[in-house]
Amino acid sequence: MEVRSKEFKKSAHIALHDVNLQRALGNLKAGFPGKRAAAVARLPEFDALRDQARDLKNHILEHLDLYLEEFERNVTANGGTVHWCRTAEDARRTILELCREQDAKTVTKGKSMVTEEIALNEYLEANGVTPVETDLGEYILQLRHDHPSHIVAPAIHLTLDDVATAFHEHHHRPKSNDPAVLMQEAREMLRKQFVAADVGITGANFLVAETGSTIICTNEGNGDLTQTLPKTHIVVSSIEKVVPTLEDMTLFLRLLARSATGQEFTVYNTLSTGPRRPGDRDGPENFHVVLVDNGRSDMVGGELQEMLRCIRCSACMNHCPVYGAVGGHSYGWVYPGPMGSVLTPQMVGIENAGLLPNASTFCGKCEEVCPVRIPLPKLMRHWREREWEKHLTPAAARGGIGVWAFFAKRPALYRLLAWSSNLFLRLVGGKRGRIRKLPLAGGWTDFRDMPVPSGKTFMQQWQEQKR
Amino acid sequence: MSRAEIFNRIRTGLRVGADDSARHAAVQQRLAARAANLVPQRAQLPHDECLNLFIRMAEESAAELIEIQHRSELASAVEHWLGENGITQLVVASDENLQDLAWSAGGTLVREERVAEAGDEASLTNAFCAIAETGTLMLHSGNDSPTTLNFLPDNHLVALSAGSVVGPYEEAWARLRTSTAGEMPRTVNMITGPSRSADIEQKLQMGAHGPRRLAIFLIHEE
Repeated sequence: MEVRSKEFKKSAHIALHDVNLQRALGNLKAGFPGKRAAAVARLPEFDALRDQARDLKNHILEHLDLYLEEFERNVTANGGTVHWCRTAEDARRTILELCREQDAKTVTKGKSMVTEEIALNEYLEANGVTPVETDLGEYILQLRHDHPSHIVAPAIHLTLDDVATAFHEHHHRPKSNDPAVLMQEAREMLRKQFVAADVGITGANFLVAETGSTIICTNEGNGDLTQTLPKTHIVVSSIEKVVPTLEDMTLFLRLLARSATGQEFTVYNTLSTGPRRPGDRDGPENFHVVLVDNGRSDMVGGELQEMLRCIRCSACMNHCPVYGAVGGHSYGWVYPGPMGSVLTPQMVGIENAGLLPNASTFCGKCEEVCPVRIPLPKLMRHWREREWEKHLTPAAARGGIGVWAFFAKRPALYRLLAWSSNLFLRLVGGKRGRIRKLPLAGGWTDFRDMPVPSGKTFMQQWQEQKR
Repeated sequence: MSRAEIFNRIRTGLRVGADDSARHAAVQQRLAARAANLVPQRAQLPHDECLNLFIRMAEESAAELIEIQHRSELASAVEHWLGENGITQLVVASDENLQDLAWSAGGTLVREERVAEAGDEASLTNAFCAIAETGTLMLHSGNDSPTTLNFLPDNHLVALSAGSVVGPYEEAWARLRTSTAGEMPRTVNMITGPSRSADIEQKLQMGAHGPRRLAIFLIHEE
């Protein structure tokens, strides 16, 4: 997928004026945060579980090499094969080769953000293998030649009518605006594909070292049909998803659905271990796990290691005021929202994604709801610092900070300036208490009034209250 | 070679060598202990309360719950449910717990023992156990319980023995390890309610790709 994060400002501006998108984003804001809060309220141990999950992830990352070795050993012992891929290109090539071994024409796919990250679909198509997305949201997007705008609810940017139109055009049936009818249509269309596919590709939510199992957590059942019916099941996962034992996986499962959709548990939590056993009457004959690094091993031991705790629940974006205003596509690549603002610069380079860690109000809500307590604002600040060091920060911002630093280093002057601008703004604002227009602050006053300062500067209040 | 390179980078980042014995020991200890993490109070209940919690949570997940006293009543309860829903075809798992059921003679119900096929109306399988904490069924693959039966048919009927309902997931893992002598089956399914999706405008619709309905026949005495 082309990286368009440099266009964030332009994309965000368009998104803010897109009536359709704003309506669709309203569904997100009205849904996820409330449902999560209700689920959390029902589980008194939720915060204690988050602490344990953070600590366990830290332990795993400190021993990542060893748990991955154990995982590989147990996949192999159960008759499966692990493939190690340093880069996205390695992963794409490996998966294509596995498809070619099976002479595969069509490949069904369960929902997987890692396959988006490595741009698998485009690559398979270009090489004569047809990928069929089977998650309802992903299926809608594939019909529209679109990409996910959210890591859990991929088609969140679309309205009912968008879906109805896409289905009408591709299914050649009368247009219906009834979601139940639309889902039934998708069910019928995809049923044939599930049975016909030569290979099924799924992602993984976790990899269990102890047993060599992979697990997917879904609601639709498409991932299960994808991995059970074809002759070959390929799991594509990133390396940081490994957990030691089933008990450890359980800790994360208790947090995942509640943080994501506010469900107590996703409908289908399915563990896959190797190919079908002697005597089994269904299930795949071949089982492959493609492990993707793509820059993650470089984060181990560094300042961004904490980001590798992420379990892809989407709580950070569901609660982010910036994401909620501009939607996922504005971020210009695969991972949107706060977690994307940390991951994208790592994967595509800060020179291509510097705007993302800056597109944050640092309100801290993302960190507040993160099930593994990733300090997302701190990690975004890390990228702002790297950007500054590399002289990538825009001239106006560098100049502005220079001016601010000049005064900050001269406290008397700073106080005088604060006091006089306070007075000036009160004069301009007058009795109305609001300022309609302000030079150099058009970005603010074009859209809303600037409130008049309360009266005294911070230092004045400080001095008074110190007594 | 990707594999060696990935391991090198991880070990360089962590500033460790491949043969640090303290790290190996920490990992081996964790893998061997299989210790439970924090288990919510909700799941730590005496068995009869567990059963009530299971029923409540399963119903909340939109599963249908049919309670029967004895396994001998299973066939008639299943026939009744299918009849009420106008279903005339059933694929039954060849599970030993589903053998020799007292199916009524004659009638219009067509019963078969096989893997599922596209177009199947209903399946009957036997749950390995169930987890009260979230109203979740656990089933696993094996030569007498094909996984397709849990996903392809429109209606999934599950026989569940009340004695196999446990509180937390951790007890289910312990049971699984004992039952399969530590060998993981190809597939372990944890199922909580029927298939659903909210991918269209965040409005929940039931029956996405898996079964539209999940009916649990809870058997109180074997």
